[in-house]
Amino acid sequence: MSTLNTTSPLDPADAIYDYTIPAGEPWLHEIKQGQTLRILDLEGNQAVDTLFYNAHDPAERYSAQDTIQAQGSIYLTAGSKLLSTAGNLMLTITADTCGRHDTLGGACAAESNQVRYALEKRPMHNCRDNYLLALAESDYDMGKRDLTSNINFFMNVPVTPDGQLTFEDGISEAGKYVEMRAEMDVIVLVSNCPQLNNPCNAYNPTPARMLVWEASGEALTIA
Amino acid sequence: MDHGKLDLTDVVYDQLLPGARNWSFILRRGFALRLTDTRGGGNCSTLFFNAQEKLERYNMADTLKAQHTAYLTKGHVCYSDMGRILVSIPEDTCGWHDPIGGVSNAAAVRERFGEKRYQEARNAFYRDGRGLFLIEMGKWGLGRRDLVPNINFFSKVAVTEGGEMTYVSDNSPAGSYVDLRAELDTLVVLNTCPHPLDPATEWNPKPIGLTIFRTPPAAEDDVCRISCPENGRGFENTAIYHCQY
Repeated sequence: MSTLNTTSPLDPADAIYDYTIPAGEPWLHEIKQGQTLRILDLEGNQAVDTLFYNAHDPAERYSAQDTIQAQGSIYLTAGSKLLSTAGNLMLTITADTCGRHDTLGGACAAESNQVRYALEKRPMHNCRDNYLLALAESDYDMGKRDLTSNINFFMNVPVTPDGQLTFEDGISEAGKYVEMRAEMDVIVLVSNCPQLNNPCNAYNPTPARMLVWEASGEALTIA
Repeated sequence: MDHGKLDLTDVVYDQLLPGARNWSFILRRGFALRLTDTRGGGNCSTLFFNAQEKLERYNMADTLKAQHTAYLTKGHVCYSDMGRILVSIPEDTCGWHDPIGGVSNAAAVRERFGEKRYQEARNAFYRDGRGLFLIEMGKWGLGRRDLVPNINFFSKVAVTEGGEMTYVSDNSPAGSYVDLRAELDTLVVLNTCPHPLDPATEWNPKPIGLTIFRTPPAAEDDVCRISCPENGRGFENTAIYHCQY
């Protein structure tokens, strides 16, 4: 895959929302159709575990399999269309200075850490705890049943032609970002990943900055 | 394939599910489900749920990353999102089952195969994988919120270094089978719609044989238990759930 490196003309000074998620914390926010969300990897190699839901019908949500099936590739980058479980377009990635984002690795959990590393790892903080608490504290009537396979922005999970899957050192760096335009009103659920057992955060979870811009009135074009 | 012969006294259910049809069943511990691709080139889209607590369900990501794999075969297990093993795969003659390709939907089937409605075609009308999952899951009180990434038994999707997905035809010769042994009492929901990345433009969904048989629990040296340290811990976690640790 030719790694695209697509920058954005949007200026953070014009953003209507600007928030930095501390390392290891969740973030739950609505993005309106036409608005653009930028996720900025402030210090480099920080996995940002992200789920999307149709804000008007959260039973329709981002589908990893529908998305990769339609684009014929397991990685996300500029031009990727994020599809829902109903096959509808939810968001379009409009800029990406990292070049590759993971669709298969999912989110860490107390229980998956036990399997992957040691039964004694259960007390470690993890993404699915973030998801569950953020949903439980929200006004949405959502919970564990709504957790499905997420996107890991900035995370590198290569698959080899013979079917091996590994977690590799990240290809992101401080200042890399990915930007996406909402094609419908969406709920965004993020866990700024606290994983310390593998290289997905370079063993040092760091903050991630979230910026939102209003619809520009004209469609952004991808170089 | 002598080792493939089952003792008929162990078999409690044996049916041929036609192509593009749906089925579900609670596969209890002590039993395994053999899927047989009787004609070759079949596809069996499948989801698993803990039968007692259906909030616990098959998790694609946990299954793949625990076993460092992007396909499933003998020696692999299917993990729930709770770090437990729903079913294990002690036997497989096919060699590659697809956990990433997903299912088709009604629009995609219409686009590829054209429209064939019940009104004109009666029971030969075209079905789609997503629709059949929702029908069969609905029988157990499950719905769109439970539609998580599925496995496509007998299908192969290879991934290039650059990430491109390629459907590999002729992955499954006639008579291929794979055994799914229940490690928890597991609700199995499946359908036999064609794989969404199968380039065939002629509608020709294949039947899949469903055979449930009695089987002993995984031994200490079982291929699934010893295939990687992660699976050893997965079996341990599952034993804890059964208060057998």
